[in-house]
Amino acid sequence: MAEKNAYISASCVISNNTVYKNKQVVFENKGAVLPDFLTSVYQHFAWKYPKYYKMDNLSKLGWAAAEILLQGSDIEKYPPEDVGLILSNANASLDTDTRYFETTKDIASPALFVYTLPNITTGEICIRHKFKGENAFFVFEKFDPGFLHQYVNNLLNNDTLQACICGWVDVLQEDYKVLLVLVESNGNAGNTAERFTKENIENLYSLHNG
Amino acid sequence: MSDLKKQIIEQLNLQDIKPEDIGDDQPLFVDGLGLDSIDALELIVLLQQHYKIKLSNAEDGPKVFKSVRTIAEYITAHQNQVA
Amino acid sequence: MSAPVFIAGIGTISAIGKNVAESMDAFRNGKAGMEAMRYLDSVHKNQLPVAEVKCSNEELAALAGLPAHISRTALLSAIAAKEALKDAAIDQLSSLKVGFISANTVGGMDKTENFFRSFLADNKKGKLKNVVHHECGSITELVADKLGVKHFISTISTACSSSANAIFFGARMIKQQMLDVAIAGGADALTKFTLNGFNTLMILDSEYCRPFDESRKGLNLGEGAAYVVLVSERIAKQLAKKPYCTLSGYCNANDAYHQTASSPDGIGSFLAMEGAMKMAGLQPSDIDYINLHGTGTQNNDIAEGTAIKRLFAPVYPKMSSTKSFTGHTLGASGSIEAVFSAMSIQQGIIYPNLRFQNQMKELPFTPQTTYIDNITVKHVLSNSFGFGGNCSSLLFSKI
Repeated sequence: MAEKNAYISASCVISNNTVYKNKQVVFENKGAVLPDFLTSVYQHFAWKYPKYYKMDNLSKLGWAAAEILLQGSDIEKYPPEDVGLILSNANASLDTDTRYFETTKDIASPALFVYTLPNITTGEICIRHKFKGENAFFVFEKFDPGFLHQYVNNLLNNDTLQACICGWVDVLQEDYKVLLVLVESNGNAGNTAERFTKENIENLYSLHNG
Repeated sequence: MSDLKKQIIEQLNLQDIKPEDIGDDQPLFVDGLGLDSIDALELIVLLQQHYKIKLSNAEDGPKVFKSVRTIAEYITAHQNQVA
Repeated sequence: MSAPVFIAGIGTISAIGKNVAESMDAFRNGKAGMEAMRYLDSVHKNQLPVAEVKCSNEELAALAGLPAHISRTALLSAIAAKEALKDAAIDQLSSLKVGFISANTVGGMDKTENFFRSFLADNKKGKLKNVVHHECGSITELVADKLGVKHFISTISTACSSSANAIFFGARMIKQQMLDVAIAGGADALTKFTLNGFNTLMILDSEYCRPFDESRKGLNLGEGAAYVVLVSERIAKQLAKKPYCTLSGYCNANDAYHQTASSPDGIGSFLAMEGAMKMAGLQPSDIDYINLHGTGTQNNDIAEGTAIKRLFAPVYPKMSSTKSFTGHTLGASGSIEAVFSAMSIQQGIIYPNLRFQNQMKELPFTPQTTYIDNITVKHVLSNSFGFGGNCSSLLFSKI
C-alpha cells in the first residue's frame, strides 16, 4: 500500500501566555495567572460557548487550541466519523484530580469529578465539532513526536480516518503547554502546508519553548 | 430569589449571565438556561451547602429544579421542616 | 486484509476470583462478587455495595511478588499480567519484541488519598513516597519492570474504555510488526476518589446492580485487572498450546454528546460495534454473543440497547453484562470482559446476566439469564464505553 502524503494543514501552540497559530502570534497576555489567561483568550476571540467556563484548565486549553486550530479550515467537509483526535500528556488529569480531592473535604463536587479524566478533553472537542472518529489519550513521560507520527499516520493510511487532530495538552497548576496540529491524509499541500513528519511536529513543539 | 440566582450563577460558573437575566419562572434546563445533568447535581450540592437541605432522591430533581421559583419554594418548604 | 492477531494467554483478577479458573467457577455457580465494603475505608461502608477483590494489600503483594506499600492498582495489574504471560507460555520471550500496554484511570490514587489524609491532619506528616506513583503512567512502569518488559511500554487513559483501547492498540502494533508479543489490558483499584465521585453523580445503586432491567438504579463499583497476550501469526504457529481466539475486529468512536452521559440513540456505541464488524467482514447475524458494557445505569443501558436494536433488529444474539458479577471495574473492565470473551469462545460459554427480572420497556429483547456451556460460540462482540464519549467494541473470533 502506497503511503499517502499526509500534511500538517494547521498548528496551534499555547505556551507562556501566548497563542500561536501556524507559528504566528495571534494573542498574548503576559503576566496573567492561568485561569485569567484562559478567560482572556475566550474573550479575545469572542467565542460564544458558555460551557467553556465550566471546563477545567486541561479541557479549556485543549478546547481553545482546537478552536483556534480549526478556524478557517474546511474540516466540515469530512464525515464526522472520519475525523479523529489523538492527544497525549504527562500529567493526565492530575491538576483537576487534586482540586476535586480538596472539595471532598466538604461536599464533593460532581462538576469537578467529571473532569478527573484526561480524555474528557477529547470529549469536549468532539462535542463542539461533532467529531465521531477514533480518539485516544496517551500518557507519556515527555512529548513523543515519533509515537504521535507513527500512530496517526497509521490511522490515516489504513483509512480509519481522513483527518486527525493530534498533539500534546498538559497542565499542572501554572505549568502548561499545548501543541495541536491538524493532519489531513490527502491534504491539499497548498503553499504553506508542511509534510506530516516526526521532525516537523518536533520542530513545532520546540519552536515556542522558553 | 435574587440571592438564589446569584448562588446559582456562582455554583454553575454561568459567567456571562447576570441575576436579572434569569426569569423567576424561566425553565432552567434544556431550552431555558441550557443546564445539563451535571448542573443538576451541582444544584443539589448548592442546596446542601447553603441551605443544609439534602435531596437524596435524584428523581425529584426535574420537579424541584424546573425554575428558580420552584427551587425557592422547595427551600422554603424544607427549611420550615428542619426548624 | 491485514494478518490476524491471536490471543495466546489470558489472566484476570476481580471480585469473583484471583485468576481465570476461579472466575469461571463463580460464573458456573452464579456467585456475584458484590458485598458490603471490607477493605476500603469509607463513610459509605454500609450503604453502597462494592465488588472488591477479596484480599488485603499484603495478600495481593505476596501474589504479585511486590512490596505491599505500593498502589493496589499496581498489585492487581502485576498479578493478572503475570498469569496471562505464564498462560501464554511463550518460549524464549527475551528474544522477541515484547510490549506492555496498560490502562488505568485512577493511577496510585489510593496511596495519594492516604497521603492527603495524614497531610491534612498535620502538614509535616504524610509520606511523600505515597504520591510518587500517583500518575497513571508510573503504575505501568512498575509492572513492566516486574515483568521484565523493556521493549515498549505505554499507558492509555480514556476512562472506562481504556483497557479495550489498550488491547486494540497492542494488536495494531503487532500488525505493523513493531511488536511480536503485546501484553495488553488494564487495572483499577477501588478508591474513595472514584466511589465519592460516582456517588456525587448519583449513579451508584445501594442494592446489587441490575443491568438491562427496567428497575435498574445504577452501577456497583468494582476493582480488578486483566491482560491478554496478543501474538502475531508467526508466533502463534510456534506455540505449544492453541491460542484462544483471534481479535478479528475493533473500532473506537466518539459519541460527541456529553462529558459523562451517552446520547439517547447511542450513536457512539452504534459506530463502534458497526466498525468492529465491518473490519472483521461480519454481519450482525454472525455474532453469537455480546458481552454488554451494561453498567446498570439508566443512561448507559438505554443508549447501548438502542444502538443494539438499530444494528441487530429483528434477530438478536445472546447477550449479558458480566458486570452483574464483577461490578464496574472502570479502566480494567474492557480487558476483564475481553478475557471472559476469549473463554466464551474457547469453552462455548454464555454468561448469565444476574438479577434480571423485568424487560426494559424501550427494548424488544432481554439478556441471557442462565449459564450455558458446551455450545459453539464463533464470534463475540465486547462493548466498552467511557466518559468523554469514548466508545470501543472488540470482536473475538474462533480459530
